[in-house]
Amino acid sequence: MTSRILTKKKHSTNDDKVNNKIKFIDHSGIKYLKDIEIHGSFIVIEGPDASGRSTQIQKITEKLEADGHAVVNTGLKRSALISKGIIEAKRNYQVGRRTMALYYAADFADQLENKIIPALKAGFVVISDRYIYTLIARSSVRGINKNWLHQLHSFAIKPDLIFYLNVDPYNLIHRVFKKNKSLDYYESGADLGISADIFDSFIKYQYLLKKEFNVMQKKYGLIDIDGDKDIEDINDQIQSKISEFLNQNKKNSTVI
Amino acid sequence: MLQVIGNNNLYNTKNEESGVLIVVEGIDGSGKSTQIHLVDRWLRSKGCEVFFTEWNSSETVKEITSKGKKKASLTPMTFSLLHSTDFADRYEKNIYPLLRAGYIVLADRYIYTALARDTVRGCDKSWVRNMYSYARKPDLTFYFKVPIETAVDRIISGRPKLKHYEAGMDLGLSKDEYESYRIFQGRIVDEYESMVNNENFIVIDGTLDIEKQQNTVRRNVLKTLKLKNQIQGNTT
Repeated sequence: MTSRILTKKKHSTNDDKVNNKIKFIDHSGIKYLKDIEIHGSFIVIEGPDASGRSTQIQKITEKLEADGHAVVNTGLKRSALISKGIIEAKRNYQVGRRTMALYYAADFADQLENKIIPALKAGFVVISDRYIYTLIARSSVRGINKNWLHQLHSFAIKPDLIFYLNVDPYNLIHRVFKKNKSLDYYESGADLGISADIFDSFIKYQYLLKKEFNVMQKKYGLIDIDGDKDIEDINDQIQSKISEFLNQNKKNSTVI
Repeated sequence: MLQVIGNNNLYNTKNEESGVLIVVEGIDGSGKSTQIHLVDRWLRSKGCEVFFTEWNSSETVKEITSKGKKKASLTPMTFSLLHSTDFADRYEKNIYPLLRAGYIVLADRYIYTALARDTVRGCDKSWVRNMYSYARKPDLTFYFKVPIETAVDRIISGRPKLKHYEAGMDLGLSKDEYESYRIFQGRIVDEYESMVNNENFIVIDGTLDIEKQQNTVRRNVLKTLKLKNQIQGNTT
């Protein structure tokens, strides 16, 4: 069935619809799940803290549900099994960087298999608040080998749409202060020791992440959204891409 | 007399290779833990700086893994990733820094356990390999080979009931725990066997007397320690 060669350019959506087989980032994926059929759609929203992800997710969810789609929301660090352990490990500052990367990957795998895939199988629209791209970027900035990271996360399934809320770090820091009045230790990359000044550290760290995302944009087909615009503008942009995708999907499935 | 050098040697601490990593592998009941324990006692009695580490024992991760195991809620992927997290934690905290410091690190199971088990559970082999690709190659890997029946008898006789994952019940090989265990262990043996040559396993016949096995093991350990300049002179 798949003689399609993945080149850098987007292949036409038409031959994608020939089958509903689950699609992993790497062709080998999760071997024992390779025959599963997917009937739902998978949307990912990426972006740093305070980039407006949750606002957008809320709006998208409302719209989708109003249009009659059943939605499941998910995100990183939410698995019942592992997330407590991660929180604990972070609090104690005693876990190494590679260990942390694997911990997050385990947590992600748990959600992928127990939540995301079952929902997609059942025909839900799944919206994920962040995905493997954040995991890769964070660890990559912390000096873990990129190739290793990409391969580690290659068992993830391919989202249909990935939006990246790209916000200028200086703009971002103001939003964070509006929200919290203080900067989070990890979100400022304070563990990296880039700067003793947490403001500086935040800005530099966010630039580093931004760079990682730029690299991944091409590799994984992230849709860059100018996150400096206002909420409604951003929402219009995201919404129109989603509608476009869902309409096309519908058209294709009715043809078959 | 056996003399320890490497450890106190200041110049050696700069060299990543100054420590020595010795690993035992084999299925449950192959006798590997007994053998590595005796090596540990022996080296310590000679005054070597030794660190012993075993599979699935990191303080931070162990609890979650065992909770998942109890609830039988682990998939092959999460099973694999959690064990890999456990390994990474021990590697980053102990194994790697201690090797750099010149210690002799003894590991009861190493990455080969994961390669064998995870592959049998249905994870992609090259994916598993990549996950452990940062781990240093052991200086010595002993593989304890025993017929499945011998190993199974050793395990079952001491225990009223097998554990869910231990018996490979998650694979749906058989409804009977013991039958499942046998099939599961058999497949793991096949995986181990496929690694013997490429990974330079020293195969030890695990059906021999414990003392005989230990003699062979010690002879090999001595050779390696001499090569790595950890010891000098004659030893018996």
